[in-house]
Amino acid sequence: MATLNEHIVSSYEEELTNLAKLIFEMGGMVEVAVSSATRALLKLDHGLARQTIEADKAIDEMQKRIDEIAVSMIARRQPMATDLRAIITSIHVANDLERVGDMAKTISRRALQIDGLSLAPKFYNGVKHMADLILRQLKAALDAYATRNAAAAVEVCNADDEIDALYTSLFRELLTYMMEDPRNITQCTHLLFCSKSLERVGDHATNIAEHAYYLETGRQIGTAPDQHRVQVKE
Amino acid sequence: MSLESAAIATASVSRSNAPSKMTGEDVCVFYGAKQALFDVNLKIEQFNVTSLIGPSGCGKSTFLRSLNRMNDTIEGCRVTGKINLDEDDIYDPSIDVVELRARVGMVFQKPNPFPKSIYENVAYGPRIHGIARNKADLDEIVHSSLRRAGLWNEVKDRLLEPGTGLSGGQQQRLCIARAIATKPEVLLMDEPCSALDPIATAVIEELIDELRENFTIVIVTHSMQQAARVSQKTAFFHLGKLIEEGKTEDIFTNPRNRQTQDYITGRIG
Repeated sequence: MATLNEHIVSSYEEELTNLAKLIFEMGGMVEVAVSSATRALLKLDHGLARQTIEADKAIDEMQKRIDEIAVSMIARRQPMATDLRAIITSIHVANDLERVGDMAKTISRRALQIDGLSLAPKFYNGVKHMADLILRQLKAALDAYATRNAAAAVEVCNADDEIDALYTSLFRELLTYMMEDPRNITQCTHLLFCSKSLERVGDHATNIAEHAYYLETGRQIGTAPDQHRVQVKE
Repeated sequence: MSLESAAIATASVSRSNAPSKMTGEDVCVFYGAKQALFDVNLKIEQFNVTSLIGPSGCGKSTFLRSLNRMNDTIEGCRVTGKINLDEDDIYDPSIDVVELRARVGMVFQKPNPFPKSIYENVAYGPRIHGIARNKADLDEIVHSSLRRAGLWNEVKDRLLEPGTGLSGGQQQRLCIARAIATKPEVLLMDEPCSALDPIATAVIEELIDELRENFTIVIVTHSMQQAARVSQKTAFFHLGKLIEEGKTEDIFTNPRNRQTQDYITGRIG
């Protein structure tokens, strides 16, 4: 993406920069929330879980703030073209990030419900692997948005298949543990719901990447017949 | 359709594959030695509103005025290339300019009613062009033109009062009524709302949308929001060149050209 010229009206330029900064900041808060929630779950760290639940309020506030700024900019500036897309996608991205924050909160709440000192390592690994992958996706999606990189956005969308596959295999694995020993059922059920939450975080990461694609190109991302996302050719 | 373009398109949906009413081919305009327009190729679609946008001095008004040969009145102005109205080359020597301007009417930036009665303002054109056969005919044309221009209810009881006594917005609608009284095919509007308040502007914009049922409209405007609201096609001019033209929703959400983008987003180009 060629860098844009500056606006004649410098306060407009500042507002756009500020909006991008807030999205960046909110992205950081959400990344921390997901990684803390996962750590709280795997280590059964109730303190960290409570802290993460508490921190979600700030994420919600941030979404409202971005919404208000975006609405006010639309009303006052009548944005066009890239500016319009930047503002509209900010609203969408903030909304997706807020949902991701909710997922982190859900996982933290489950962490509080699991008794014991820690999870058995065999339960631990699959979920940890999935959480790592999700965090990578989230980061890549936010990067694609910040740098307006359409090709990177397409990559993020396509990588979501991997997460879906991982979720399916994790589901089977946890089911096996439950069948092996009914005493595992409580822990494994909680873990199963948490992996579902993580999987949904992946879906929101895909959404953010789709917004990044639209922001840069002005088009909705294309879907090839094999369900793979493709860049729309001129 | 994306969210933004849908929002812009709600005002009026473009008639797809509308035939061309007017076509400009390699149009160049010179004022003396100075060239104001460079090889403009543009099709004006029938029953659509085409807006011409661009910074001051970009040639959009020059192009508009070349569509009904208003440039002929400017000393030292020369037009090359070809402009067709339907099949007729409007710069062909056999064309009667007065008749051309009856077919391609014009509304100016500043409302300019004749210093005559409201009735006479509208009746003048049809009378000199011999459109009305008798008084009843003329009355009917005046009434229907005023009605179409959305002015009838406001002036029906004072048709004999001077047109200059109306408000700015009413005067502009009177000028539109005057322009459509000769039953033109194309209506050219040169910044028709720039001297009007937002309410009068909204009334004119609503009118433009109704008028496109029967007329092909070309509008020059400095308000990009207005172009986005009223037109189906938009053409962007810069330094005498046509830079980009296309569907209005595309131009305002996703222009292809960098200069268009810089202009419509208010960046220094």
